[in-house]
Amino acid sequence: MNQTSPNQTEPATADDAIIEIIDMHKWFGEFHVLQNITLKVARKERIVICGPSGSGKSTLIRCINRLEEHQKGRIIVDGIELTNNVKNIEKIRAEVGMVFQHFNLFPHLTILDNLTLGPMWVRKVPRKEAEDAAMHYLEKVQIAEQAKKYPGQLSGGQQQRVAIARSLCMAPKVMLFDEPTSALDPEMIKEVLDVMIDLAREGMTMLVVTHEMGFAKSVAHRVLFMDYGQIVEANTPDEFFDNPQHDRTKLFLSQILQ
Amino acid sequence: MPQDETSHTGTVTPSKAPFWYDPKVRAVFFQVGVLGMVGLLGYYLMTNTLANLERQAIATGFGFLEKQSSFEIGESLISYSAADTYFKALLVGALNTLLVSFIGITLTIILGTFIGIARLSTNWLLSKMAAIYIEFFQDIPILLQLFFWYAFFYEILPQPRQAINLFKGVFLCNRGLIFAIPAAHPAYKYSAVAFLIGCLAVYLMRRWARKRQDETGRIFPVFRAAVGILIGLPVLTWWAAGAPTAMDMPVLRGFNFQGGITVSPEFTAVLLGLVLYTAAFVAEVVRAGIQSVSKGQTEAAASIGLKPGQILNLVILPQALRVIIPPLTSQMLNLTKNSSLAVAIGYPEFVSVAGTTINQTGQAIEGVALIMTIYLIFSLTTSAFMNWYNKKMKLVER
Amino acid sequence: MNNERSQTSSVEAVKPPRMRIGVVGWLRANLFSTWYNSLLTLVTLYVLWQVVPPFIRWAFIDSLWTSTGEECQAVDGACWSIIPANIRFIMFGFYTYSEQWRPAIAVVVLVGLLVYSQYRCNWKKRLIYIWLAGLVGMGVLMRGGIFGLTPVESTKWGGLPLTLLLSVFGLTAAYPLGIVLALGRQSRMPAVKSLCVVYIELIRGVPLISLLFMSSVVFPLFLPEGVTVNKILRAQVAIILFTAAYIAEVVRGGLQGMSRGQYEAAESLGLKYHQTMRLIILPQALKIVIPPSVSILISAFKDTSLVVIIALYDLLKTTQSVLGDPRWMGYSPEAYIFLALIYFICCFYMSNFSRKLEHQLDTGR
Repeated sequence: MNQTSPNQTEPATADDAIIEIIDMHKWFGEFHVLQNITLKVARKERIVICGPSGSGKSTLIRCINRLEEHQKGRIIVDGIELTNNVKNIEKIRAEVGMVFQHFNLFPHLTILDNLTLGPMWVRKVPRKEAEDAAMHYLEKVQIAEQAKKYPGQLSGGQQQRVAIARSLCMAPKVMLFDEPTSALDPEMIKEVLDVMIDLAREGMTMLVVTHEMGFAKSVAHRVLFMDYGQIVEANTPDEFFDNPQHDRTKLFLSQILQ
Repeated sequence: MPQDETSHTGTVTPSKAPFWYDPKVRAVFFQVGVLGMVGLLGYYLMTNTLANLERQAIATGFGFLEKQSSFEIGESLISYSAADTYFKALLVGALNTLLVSFIGITLTIILGTFIGIARLSTNWLLSKMAAIYIEFFQDIPILLQLFFWYAFFYEILPQPRQAINLFKGVFLCNRGLIFAIPAAHPAYKYSAVAFLIGCLAVYLMRRWARKRQDETGRIFPVFRAAVGILIGLPVLTWWAAGAPTAMDMPVLRGFNFQGGITVSPEFTAVLLGLVLYTAAFVAEVVRAGIQSVSKGQTEAAASIGLKPGQILNLVILPQALRVIIPPLTSQMLNLTKNSSLAVAIGYPEFVSVAGTTINQTGQAIEGVALIMTIYLIFSLTTSAFMNWYNKKMKLVER
Repeated sequence: MNNERSQTSSVEAVKPPRMRIGVVGWLRANLFSTWYNSLLTLVTLYVLWQVVPPFIRWAFIDSLWTSTGEECQAVDGACWSIIPANIRFIMFGFYTYSEQWRPAIAVVVLVGLLVYSQYRCNWKKRLIYIWLAGLVGMGVLMRGGIFGLTPVESTKWGGLPLTLLLSVFGLTAAYPLGIVLALGRQSRMPAVKSLCVVYIELIRGVPLISLLFMSSVVFPLFLPEGVTVNKILRAQVAIILFTAAYIAEVVRGGLQGMSRGQYEAAESLGLKYHQTMRLIILPQALKIVIPPSVSILISAFKDTSLVVIIALYDLLKTTQSVLGDPRWMGYSPEAYIFLALIYFICCFYMSNFSRKLEHQLDTGR
């Protein structure tokens, strides 16, 4: 095993799940986009979700921070149940960070202001403290010198690293990644993956929807394969890639790993 | 070895081309030609004009401005009579234009924003009604709308004796909209002053609140406090000055109402037509502006835990306003230009007064020039503002 | 690590909750999703309930459709009869009564041309020739004097043909001028650029009514003694000059939207300025600006109503004359609603076309 990759056999305490999804279903109108999802995510666990497009992987993680609403079943994050209760939703969103495929930085604010927006207006942190924390995270993702620039002046890879730093400023307990490198040019993918590997090394709980199988192999505790709205197969990376159980998984892997 | 024109050191000297192939020289010639043609045309038109003016014994120059106008004007913000000069008459017209434009712009922004947001509402009924409104009012000529409202007043509404009583003290009839106003009392002057002081107070409070938030992180409810101050301060002043409640009520005496304020049918028709028409365009501008902010922005803001009101204020509006303000300013300018159509229904705004002046003095060129100048002043001021705003607000990119 | 086996094949199709689909689901999601939305729905329905039934009663149930003015007085409902009784005057103005088939055909030809021009498969060079032929044909039909048609003075033209003529001819004649102005504004020659900028900003800054006034009272002064030009032509010139400035701005937008690469490629091929413009730049730029140009056509169509103010008998003025007739006095709402419908149908059709076209051009790129 790679010396620099986080230790995958480090146990994630199974009974202290930070995210629990129980028999969750979601429909878009009549279309059954998520079927019978049951998943337990332990603290510090890292899960990679893969699958063909339209399989519902993005929808699944978007349900966790209520960007999408589920119609049946239960979702519990850090002991708080996700319902129509606005207060619960707000609490959960403060604990769950999300990184989007298209970065979604706020173009009218500087990088520094992008990062301090959440802490100042949600956690009510004074400006100086917020800016110090922001600079700390910017240094962490190695982009501190761009603090006063605007998102439009940065490359895609730089913007995505800022987006990760922005989520980290809220000190989340879980980070969700929705295809974080799919919109990047190839030479920028590595810089973002490196940041994500650093995060993993520090013990962040991560759910990552991605096609980057190298990342899955080196970092994930579990790999989930989704197809047609169901979790078809879930296993450790070694077992998953070497010993796929289902035909659909085999088909997908044969298409993805040339 | 073939002989060529190289010098002994091996470089080639380019042969000098005739100067008329030089693009710069060509450009100069072309421009001189164009200017010459335009000048000739202008000269031709001017000589014709001067000859015609002389033949028809029409005066030139702006001396007529000091002559007596000898016509009355139906509505005026300042005192005016037929004994006043043309200049004063035109001033009255200009003030009327400004009045109807100013009130029109305010109402249009409010109505247009409301309809634009309704168009985006998740409520299907509201959204469809807004869409129908927008499509309907955009596609009908403004002049037709003005005529319609004018006819509405004069043909549909009843005589003062059978005026429609909408609320206590508010009457609608073919003499216009008549409503009660508070009887004159110094308390209202004080309240107006209090309101202005309130505006200053709100400005200072915002600055203080921002400083406090920067230092301690605590958020002050600026909006609610502002509303409280802007309403509370004038009301308190009014109460302290004696709380006068006497109203100047319109009362039917004989064939007409006395007292209160009468807003003429012409003014109301112009205002209604302009506001309803322009609001449809403003609604589209507002809708396009809000939609220009990608959904991802809302999602990102929501995922870091911002509340809907905060998302709107901190993320959506700043971006949407950048897209909304330039076309919005165009629409406001359009409203001002369209107010000139009031000449067709007899509201005495600038074009109407200038038209009468032209009829009486025969000095068409000066009259039309005055009309164009006034509107050009409006347009150029608006353009300058828009350019300044665009430069200031440009999103910084590579 | 657990191996979470899937439950793929053993799950039977689960239906979504019943309250979320079908009619009930749609109502819930679109009209009553929150208490706030439900309130809005109820308020809107109430307002509609108050307004729509009385309007329907006035417009359809109590109304008269073919009667005389006196019969209308006796009835509370709408007097739509004002329209059929006066339709020929409203539509054609003072045009010789027996010859009114000619403007009718002219209108049909024009509408046919417009409908034909919508379809992108027809956008070939010959479209310009078809238009030219069509417009000339219309002019001949209206004017007469040849082919055995009795001549009809242009001072007698009115109603719908006049409105269409002023707007369509105005736009087509203004287009070349607009393109020249746009190119001039882009030019690097300071004299040319300033002239164009001054023209465009001046015209765009003033209301159309001032230009129409100018055409009515000032243009005659520009002409040498004895030369008169009829009023319609003067108004047409004013509309052309006005529209050209707006077209110039729209074309400028299209030119600026062209990538620099196109200019550079043409230059490197050795093409001269006018060749570059004619063969490479303008064909592409003009395609981009068709949707905003349709917008300008719609505005021009609506703006022709302003000629009322200089006493030209377009559709609006003919209608107003009818309302001045003592037999039909007091029925302005009906007449104006009818006019509004005509304008609405034409403009809605055009703006719909423009929207579809924009969509096609966007996705087609």
